[in-house]
Parts: sequence; structure tokens; C-alpha cells
Amino acid sequence: MSKQVVQLNRVVIRFAGDSGDGMQLTGDRFTSETAGMGNDLSTLPDFPAEIRAPAGTLPGVSAFQLHFADHDIMTPGDSPNVLVAMNPAALKANLHDVPRGADIIVNTDEFTKRNLVKVGYETNPIEDGSLDQFKVHPIALTSMTVEALKEFEISKKEAERAKNMFALGLLCWLYHRPTEGTVEFLKAKFGKNPEIMKANLRAFEAGWSYGETTEEFSVQYEINPAPMKAGTYRNMSGNLALAYGLIAASKLSGLNLFLGSYPITPASDILHELSRHKRFGVMTFQAEDEIAGVGAAIGASYGGALGVTTTSGPGVALKSEAIGLAVSLELPLLVVDVQRGGPSTGLPTKTEQSDLLQAMFGRNGEAPVPIVAPQSPSDCFFAAIEAARIAITYRTPVFLLSDGYLANGSEPWCVPDVSLLAKIDPNFATELNHEAADGTMEFWPYLRDPETLARPWAIPGTAGLEHRIGGIEKADGAGTISYDADNHDKMVRLRQAKVDAIARTIPELVVDDPDGDARVLIMGWGSTYGPIGAACRLVRAEGKSVAQIHLRHVNPFPSNLETILKSYDRVILPEMNLGQLSMLLRAKYLVDIIGYNQVRGMPFKSDELATVINDVLESM
Amino acid sequence: MTTDAFPALSLVPKAEALQTAKDFKSDQEVRWCPGCGDYAILSTVQSFLPDLGLKRENIVFVSGIGCSSRFPYYLDTFGLHSIHGRAPAIATGLATSRPDLSVWVITGDGDALSIGGNHLIHALRRNVNLKILLFNNRIYGLTKGQYSPTSERGKITKSSPQGSLDYSFNPVSLALGAEATFVARTIDSDRKHLTEVLTAAAGHEGTALVEIYQNCNIFNDNAWEPLKDTDTRDDLMMRLVHGEPIRFGKEQEKGVMRKADGHLEVVEVAKVGLDNIISHDAHAKDPGLAFALSRLSNPRTLENTPIGVFRDITRPSYDRLMREQIAEVTESQGSGDLQTLLFGNDTWAVS
Ligand SMILES: Cc1ncc(C[n+]2csc(CCOP(=O)(O)OP(=O)(O)O)c2C)c(N)n1
Ligand code: SF4
Ligand SMILES: [Mg+2]
Repeated sequence: MSKQVVQLNRVVIRFAGDSGDGMQLTGDRFTSETAGMGNDLSTLPDFPAEIRAPAGTLPGVSAFQLHFADHDIMTPGDSPNVLVAMNPAALKANLHDVPRGADIIVNTDEFTKRNLVKVGYETNPIEDGSLDQFKVHPIALTSMTVEALKEFEISKKEAERAKNMFALGLLCWLYHRPTEGTVEFLKAKFGKNPEIMKANLRAFEAGWSYGETTEEFSVQYEINPAPMKAGTYRNMSGNLALAYGLIAASKLSGLNLFLGSYPITPASDILHELSRHKRFGVMTFQAEDEIAGVGAAIGASYGGALGVTTTSGPGVALKSEAIGLAVSLELPLLVVDVQRGGPSTGLPTKTEQSDLLQAMFGRNGEAPVPIVAPQSPSDCFFAAIEAARIAITYRTPVFLLSDGYLANGSEPWCVPDVSLLAKIDPNFATELNHEAADGTMEFWPYLRDPETLARPWAIPGTAGLEHRIGGIEKADGAGTISYDADNHDKMVRLRQAKVDAIARTIPELVVDDPDGDARVLIMGWGSTYGPIGAACRLVRAEGKSVAQIHLRHVNPFPSNLETILKSYDRVILPEMNLGQLSMLLRAKYLVDIIGYNQVRGMPFKSDELATVINDVLESM
Repeated sequence: MTTDAFPALSLVPKAEALQTAKDFKSDQEVRWCPGCGDYAILSTVQSFLPDLGLKRENIVFVSGIGCSSRFPYYLDTFGLHSIHGRAPAIATGLATSRPDLSVWVITGDGDALSIGGNHLIHALRRNVNLKILLFNNRIYGLTKGQYSPTSERGKITKSSPQGSLDYSFNPVSLALGAEATFVARTIDSDRKHLTEVLTAAAGHEGTALVEIYQNCNIFNDNAWEPLKDTDTRDDLMMRLVHGEPIRFGKEQEKGVMRKADGHLEVVEVAKVGLDNIISHDAHAKDPGLAFALSRLSNPRTLENTPIGVFRDITRPSYDRLMREQIAEVTESQGSGDLQTLLFGNDTWAVS
């Protein structure tokens, strides 16, 4: 039976189920097939902190949202056009995001009395009319999967577990996705267990065939490839891009990469990833705690490696003293903070931007540290290289502020030609650099480069440059211990001036204002780039003007930031915190900022931000 | 002495010319209190370092915070004075990434055993190529005299006017419990013994923990005096020598015997006969004997205090294992190509 084919220009699908239902895997596979089709896409996994919360409960719901389109898109989508709910908990936890008229595919097998009661449904929502405003597709996913697999020598449980592949097959059929990638994937994943592999393949095919034959779906959808600049593309998530960026920085600088890290969500995947790349000479050290992780990274940097430590907010708190040491030692160090909901343990698997002030000021004394913030998952690659450039050139710790959304989200990435990436010169010191009063030459570890104010990096093994440094205040130039008041005042100012000087090598901000007459500027930093950009498009599509800038360098600020801020009547700044960047901008430039602040663990929605912009426009 | 005596230092470049203690003195004025035990240790280390025959620029001293941790400033090698308790962690990153360095950690009883206890035990179990010199003066010197984790219980200090309540650590027992491969104890004023122990530590592959009994004449004077006083020391202190019967006393009249229940006991040699006196075995795989020896001493009276090398066994160092793993992977998969890595195996082309 051939079905009607409808062209769409964009779709948002959300897969939701129990933590044990394999929703992340299902989402990943659908994403890969979609990427291969040449659609632009953006993904948003959303999983619980518990590894396996009790089955069928609301805390155990794991979801994966995917937005794909025939044009370029900036966010994982505000609300799903299709919700796949594998059980009542998944339905209940996600329904509030689903707009009227959207499709909901439910696995009816799981809508038992017991499961309904578990999440507080008194009657079955599939039958009681409460879903009338949606297009509900009740499908017995589990029993159809078990039926399709009855000839396999596997347990009922194992057969049931393949229901996510059935669902994937159905969705692939519905949206005309290719299947070869998933077939290859399953073959590789279950290579050691052929019976399970064949069963999963069969479940996947059965889902596809079901779509073709059932009356439940009368149409099939097509989404054309998005026009993109020529190149070779792959799908890229933030943590992977960040790990690759670190390896690239190591290659570009010729420095060995040393990672000292202690596992913490959502940063652990960077440790996992780098551990797999020993062939690049990468050294990964799983430390006994966060302090040892950063300590070892500092030790490696002292020895001439690119020392990196990866963590999330609670880990940064533990590392603070050591980061201060790196400020004083003036050694390169990358501190990667994949931010999550705080304070304390907070919301480990949810995203937030609330560590900005911790990165900025969370140390004793005047201890300035440059901050770089990637603006999209794939941008984590370039942001990591940029952070390394600053750290190595200026001999300073640098914060790389990613977040949970960037870490786990993904998008297509036009793979760069590595031969075009700029090299980073570690410029190790090898010569004596100062003439003593008696005319002999000596080595001064704190004699600064007049341009960058960076000190020489003389690593152990360099003959004649033996010297001692530490966290006690050092004499300007000579680097020996100094308790002199004037010297301390000078050194504090010099360390600040060095960080400020980085601004000279940061590209100036370019305002995005297609109409050229905007009076309202909306700005952000880090992962809010996508939602803010998408909101601007919505507003402009209504014929209104709004200008946008986005900060990648949060410390120091780009040199033209003040001029830009002062040339607009209103400046709006959405942040996933209570106004941390707003506070910095107000303090530094005495400009007023209209903050829009939410800490709900999820990225902003573009229509929400469009409303914010429209409200400001209307108030003028 | 030739450097062949130190196979564990085979990757560290050798000095071309003979060195003297003077070569290792930095131009910094030493700022410990006059009479501090740290002076003696510094002077012994300066005289000992030429024995290693290593290039000076390939030697690094890393320290934490405390009086003792000022040590690196006074040596003309590379030196890093870090933060309180973290020197083993910092040195781990350095030693792991630089096999061509001889890395030493200087720490105090507070630095190593209070704030830095976690890093110490983990460095020991990993067997990172570090030589840790723990200056034990049983007090917090730099902060002016609070009790430390090695202070005897009941110690009266500024922070314990009625006497401290904490039961003390025995650093040797602690290190042995932390899977250390080399553990020794020596005394600041015994230049010869200190040199012997440093020599043994330097030749060890992996982490060596050397506890040095050090006098703080300002805040805890004479803490180890009974072990130094020629009248009392031979009665209190046993010198462990691998392969030799463990005997001590002015006339070597005392010895260590294993009781029927397996415990060690200090006995009169004349009573039990020399055959019943056990010999020291620093290379025993099982740390049991070393641990039992470490428990003989009385933390208050210092009776039955063993010094010398308790344990010295062979286990590959952490940095060697890491290098081997990297080499194996590179051998089997070839060295990495960045462009290939970035492409991965799931790409599509847009033209
Ligand atoms: C984070 C931190 N906490 C506390 C201190 C204060 N402090 C400096 S040294 C020290 C104790 C040193 O004792 P020990 O390690 O035994 O060294 P000693 O001075 O006796 O050689 C303390 C508590 C510090 N420098 N840093
Ligand atoms: S306080 Fe004690 S340990 Fe510190 S320098 Fe003085 S004597 Fe030495
Ligand atoms: Mg002490």
C-alpha cells in the first residue's frame, strides 16, 4: 500500500521512556540517520540523575529531543511535533511541552492499571478523552516486538527490551530516514551476541513494516536536506568536540596533553573520550579527588605539558586554591567547567550558567582568570583551542565554561581542515635573560614580555635556568620571595594587566542587525546563543528590528563591547542564572541591563525569548 | 659512586662533570629558626645530591606549605613551592609526564598527614616515581605550634591547652597500609644514616616515603631527643638492616622475636638465643613484618623505635605503566592523525 507523502520543512521529535528503555540510544540513532540525510539538526538529551530510578516512575523518565529541518536551525526546538511516550510516566512528564494538535505515539502495553497508578493517573488518559486535543497513536509496541521476535532463542525480557528498536523503525519509516546506518550500528554493537543482534535488527525492521502496513499512519513525511556550505559534515556533541579541541590544541602547540580529572556529571565524558586517545600521546590521570586532578595538571604544565582539568561546579569549588596557585605561578592551565544546576549537588544532569561568578572570582586574593565560553556543541572544539591559545601565550589558567546542554547536545559540524588551524607557539625559555649588577647573565623567571606581559616558561631540564617559584608573592622580575608592600601592589596590578591585555588579541564583536536600525540589543554568552538567535529570527520575521551580539570571551571582554552597549536604547541579557553577567556589565560599564533569568535546568525556548524581546520593543 | 647504582634513574640525564654540595646551594638566604633540624637535613641533602650524578636541571623539588616546605628555595635545582598538602598531587603530574626528571617531594607531618593525607596515600599506592621526604617534628611549625597528626595524645599546645584528644598517626604504619613499595625512617641529625636512606630511596623505582625525625626547637624542642642522646639512644632505637638479625641495646643485648601467636616481641637475646631473633627482610612481598616492626615503638617513650628501610619491594612505577600503555596503543594502532579523528566514521558530504 503506498501512502501519501507530505513535505515538511521542520520537525521536532521527542523520544521519552524509562531510563532502562534505551531512549538516548534511540535518539542518537535517529539523529545519525537524520544527519546523513543532510538536514540541519540540533539535539537535546534530558536524562535523570539516577542511573535507574524505580521503573515506571516520573523521576525515571529519560528523554531525547531532536529538531531537524530543511533550513538552518539554531535550537533543539521549543516543543515537540511528535512525542513518543513509552509508558505513562513518560507521557505525564512530557505532556505539558506538547502543543495542541501534535502527534503522540504511546506504547499501550505499558498503560496498565498498576503503571497508571504509579504516576497518579486515576483513569487511562488514552481512553478517558484527556488527550482529545492531540493526535494519539495507541500502539502495542511491546507485544508487537515480542511477537516479531518469537522465533528467536532469547528470553521474553530480552525481546521486550528491543521495543525501542521497533519504535525507531517506525519513526524511520514515518520520516523517510535511511536504515543502513542503524543496521551497521546494531551489527557492531551486538557483534559478540549474534542472537540478540538479529533480534534487534528484526525489531527495527518490524517497526518499519508496521508503519508501511498499518492504517494508523496514512501519511509519510519528507524533509529535504538543508542548504549548507560545501564540506564534509558529521554530527558533533559538545563534550566530544571539547575533547577533540583539546587534542587539536596539543597538536597545534606541540605540547603533550595531560588531563587530571575526577569523574563528575556532566563532564566525565571528556575524561572517557580522552582516555581513548593514547595514540595521540594523551595522558589521562583519574585522580583521587578534584584537587589532585588540578594539582597534577599544574605539575604537568610546570613540566612543559598542556595541563588540563575537567569538572563541573562542585569540582571547581574544590580546585579554587590550586587555580589561585596557577595564577601566581603564571603557568598555562585549562580548567574546563561543564556547568550544571547548583548550588551543592544541585541538578547534576541539568544545565545552568551559574558558575560564571565562581569562575570569575571564586579564589582568594586578586586572582584574575580569563574565561572562554563556547556557544554551541560543535563550537566547543574551537573554544577549547582558543582557551589553550590564551593559556599558553599568556601563561595563565583559563576557564572554559561549557554547560550540560552543550555537553550532551549535538548538531551537524562541517569538519575543519586541520592544516588551516593556527599553530600555538609555547615559546619555551632557553636562555638567560637578565644581566646582573656584576655583568653576569642570570635567569629571571618573572621578567615579562613587554607586549603580552607573559613571563618566560622555563621547564625543568633546561640547563642554566634552574629556578624556584611558588605561591608566595614574588619580586617583580627576579621572582624571588618578596614581602615588600610596593612590590605586591605592583604584582597584583601586573597580573590583572596581563589578563586585560588579552583583549588586544580577541576579535571585536560584530553586531548582527540585518535591518541596521535596531534600538534594542539582545546579548548572551555561552550556550544561549542558539535560543537567542532563533528568537531574533522570530521577531524579525514579524518585521521588527532587534540587534544581537554574543560573548565568547567573558573575561576579558572584547574591546568594543562598551561602545556597542552604549549605542542601544535597551540591552536585554537572558541568562540561565540570576543575572551574573548582567552584574559584571553593570559594574564595569555602568549600563543598565534588562535581565531575563531562568534556572529551570533546560535551555531557553526561542518563543519565550521572542516574547521577552517583543515586550521590550512594545515598552519603548 | 656511579649512577649505575640507580637503575631507577636510568632515564634521567647524567651530569658531565663531578658535582659538589656547593653546586646545589642556591643564593637564597636560609630562613629557618637557628637550631632548627631542617638545617641539618638541607646540608645532608646538598652533600648527597652529587652522589646521584644527575644533571642539576633534571632534578625538581616540589613542596607543600610549612617550615619544611621552604626547602626547595635553598637548593639550586628546579623547585616548586606549592600549596598546603598538595605537593604529592602536583609532583604526580610532573613525574608522570616527565620520565627524565628526578622528582622529590618535601612535606611536613601536618602537610602530608592532615590536609594532604589523601594525596599521600594515593601517591603511595600508585607508586608514582617520587621520593617523598616527610619532615616529622610532631607539631605545626609554621603556624606557631598547634598539635599535629603525629603529636602524642595529651599534648599541650596553644590549640590544646588541656591536652590534645587525637590519637596519633604512625607515618610508617600508614604508608605500609597504603601499599607503599618503599618506606623508611631516619633522623635529621644522623648524617650518615640519613644519607644511606636517601641513597636507597633514590634507587627505588616508584614512590619512596622517607620519614625524617626532625627537631623543631621553637615549638616542640627535643621531641626526638631520647633517640639522639648517646646515653639513651642505643637502648631505644633499633637499626634495621636488610638480612641481618634485628638487635639493639648498648651491648646488642635486645632483639626482636616472633611469638607463638605471630606477634613480634622485644626480648633479651641471652634468654632466647640468637637463633630465635628474626632477621630483617625489607624485600618481603608481604608487608606484615614491616608493619609489625612499625608497631613496636611506643609513641610516648620512643622505646623500641626502628629506623632504616622497613620495606623496599619491586613494583613497576605508575609513570612507567602509563608510558607502556601509550606505547602499546601507538604500536598497535599507529600514532594518531588529527584530521582522521575529526572526520570519525559517520560523515556526509555537501557539495
Ligand atoms: C589551605 C591552608 N590551610 C592552612 C594553612 C596554614 N598552615 C600553613 S603550614 C601549616 C601546618 C604546617 O605543619 P607541618 O606540615 O607539620 O610543617 P612544619 O611547619 O611543621 O614543617 C598550616 C596549618 C595554609 N597555608 N593553607
Ligand atoms: S618553627 Fe620549628 S620547624 Fe619551623 S623553622 Fe622554627 S624551629 Fe624549624
Ligand atoms: Mg610539622
